[in-house]
Amino acid sequence: MSETRLIEISPVTRVEGHGKVTIHLDANNQVDEARLHIVEFRGFERFIRGRLLWEVPVIVQRLCGICPVSHHLAAAKAMDQIVGVDVLPPTAEKMRRLMHYGQVMQSHVLHFFHLSAPDLLFGFGAPAERRNIFEVIRENPELGLRAVLMRKFGQEIIEATAGKKIHGTGAIPGGINRNLDIATRDRLLGQVDQMLDWAQDALAIARNYVQDHSAMVADFGTFPSTHMALVREGDGALDLYHGRMRALNCAGAPIFDMLDYCDYHKVLVEDVRSWSYMKFPFIKELGPENGWYRVGPLARMNTASFIDTPLANAAHGALRAFSGGMNHSTLANHWARMIEVVHCVEKIRELLHDPDLQGTDLVAKGERRFEGIGVIEAPRGNLIHHYKVDEHDQVTFCNLIVSTTHNNEGMNRAVKDVAVKHLSGQPKITEGMLNHVEVAIRAYDPCLSCATHALGQMPLQVEIYDADARLIDRAGQCL
Amino acid sequence: MPARRILLIGYGNPGRGDDGLGPALAAEIEALGIRGLTVDIDYQLTVDHAALIAAHDLVVFADAMVGLAVPFRLARVDDAQPTSLGSHRVSPEAALALAGLLFGQAPPGWMLAIAGKEFGEVKEGLSPSARANLGGAVAFLRGWIAAEIAKGLVPVAALHRVE
Repeated sequence: MSETRLIEISPVTRVEGHGKVTIHLDANNQVDEARLHIVEFRGFERFIRGRLLWEVPVIVQRLCGICPVSHHLAAAKAMDQIVGVDVLPPTAEKMRRLMHYGQVMQSHVLHFFHLSAPDLLFGFGAPAERRNIFEVIRENPELGLRAVLMRKFGQEIIEATAGKKIHGTGAIPGGINRNLDIATRDRLLGQVDQMLDWAQDALAIARNYVQDHSAMVADFGTFPSTHMALVREGDGALDLYHGRMRALNCAGAPIFDMLDYCDYHKVLVEDVRSWSYMKFPFIKELGPENGWYRVGPLARMNTASFIDTPLANAAHGALRAFSGGMNHSTLANHWARMIEVVHCVEKIRELLHDPDLQGTDLVAKGERRFEGIGVIEAPRGNLIHHYKVDEHDQVTFCNLIVSTTHNNEGMNRAVKDVAVKHLSGQPKITEGMLNHVEVAIRAYDPCLSCATHALGQMPLQVEIYDADARLIDRAGQCL
Repeated sequence: MPARRILLIGYGNPGRGDDGLGPALAAEIEALGIRGLTVDIDYQLTVDHAALIAAHDLVVFADAMVGLAVPFRLARVDDAQPTSLGSHRVSPEAALALAGLLFGQAPPGWMLAIAGKEFGEVKEGLSPSARANLGGAVAFLRGWIAAEIAKGLVPVAALHRVE
């Protein structure tokens, strides 16, 4: 008879989506194995086949209600190639960038203040009834108010550039269908300085948290890995909208650099495992054991040579100095995420002062092609959209690799690291202990709906099993 | 007395079959051009809806519901504060609580649940029964909003059920 137990966290709370964590304990209550499973699959890539190429940037927004703009823009970039456009008119590219910075900003703010703040402010093991945003607001109402108003500002930018909050139509193959009117620009400009002040305050909170808890952070889901992101062509600056692919190994040495993202399939392979619907991508030349990598805010801080806005660049330098180079700490994602919020607001301010946003040359045309690949740095990390269309403009092939899928192996390693350190040897597994595992997952801000290309709710659960595969405990709740 | 400001938030994912009932209802009501009514359409409730809610005197949430035995149902939203808050799902209760906590005003809230059947697949368009339920809900809500605007006050205690 075997002597292990199995724990499942089901659902993990305050993440975007639905999945399950299983933790196997041996007879001595030591963690034997810990895995993040994705338990729902609906196959968006098949759904999109047969749709007209013009529809795709709108339809793909239905992948996710949280990051529809990222899918909208990645699909639009792919469709640019299909309509033969490699360079957009300045107004079109800048409107898309404005939309993207608004999206990244509001997504990061929502994650930091509303999903992670309860853990960071009250402690991972604090009573469950205290770990929620309402308690955060009671403790610091100003913080809660800023979070809502910052998110609202990001949403207003999306609405101004995409046309509406739901099924926005701003980005179209070859360009954009609107510019920014003066009245809207001035309304947004009236708020942007306040947003930048608040963004810097949020950055200070995240930075101080990591610095003040440096020993804990260094021992919580910290492990060496490759990091991958787009960087700006030529100088390697952080670029959330467009660039070339860079992957650095754990020591910071390039595995590939300035790679045309249309060649992503030459360097990345998606592996499948029997226990999860979410695929496991890896770098082909390194193989599945060594080729896994992480994406997202921290990966971007690790891969970017610098940031082209002053406040974020100074913060980037501070993070790199603190880390002594590459940073591999799961919880440092919070710091990185807030650096990106500052960067986005700086970029938004810069763009709002740019008269190109009032330009009227909105769409470019080119010679029709039959394949297109769009890659963008979404809030959670690198996002790849790949399509083929036929002569009737209908999609015949679709492949999506979303940020959470890129991070699959990294999240699994974080889950195991934290489970081993916080659950092993415990005579009784408490809800607070299990929340440590959830904190590790949450730091990646996973969107499990996107990752399985499903729609709607996908809560994540944790369950504990013994050696005979008997369920002995269960924790978590639906969002 | 200034005109009362009524907010209708219709939410759901139109790419998921009958989950699009909330947005469909909101779009039909919006097309009526009712004076004093603000209509918001979104994939889901999010935290920033709190600011919009706090700027109104009454809010109606419209969403699809599975397992509802009647075509639609209007019920008062419980003002008891929930303990959790996500981002894929912010409940009407949580949205009202946030409005009260952050902006000092949580208006009376009503939930219009519309019965749907087909949610599982990635597809556009409503099922025939959902479409029929939508028609009834639109007709009802149109009259209800007109009555609320006319009387100027909202019944806050009663639970309304329409079958």
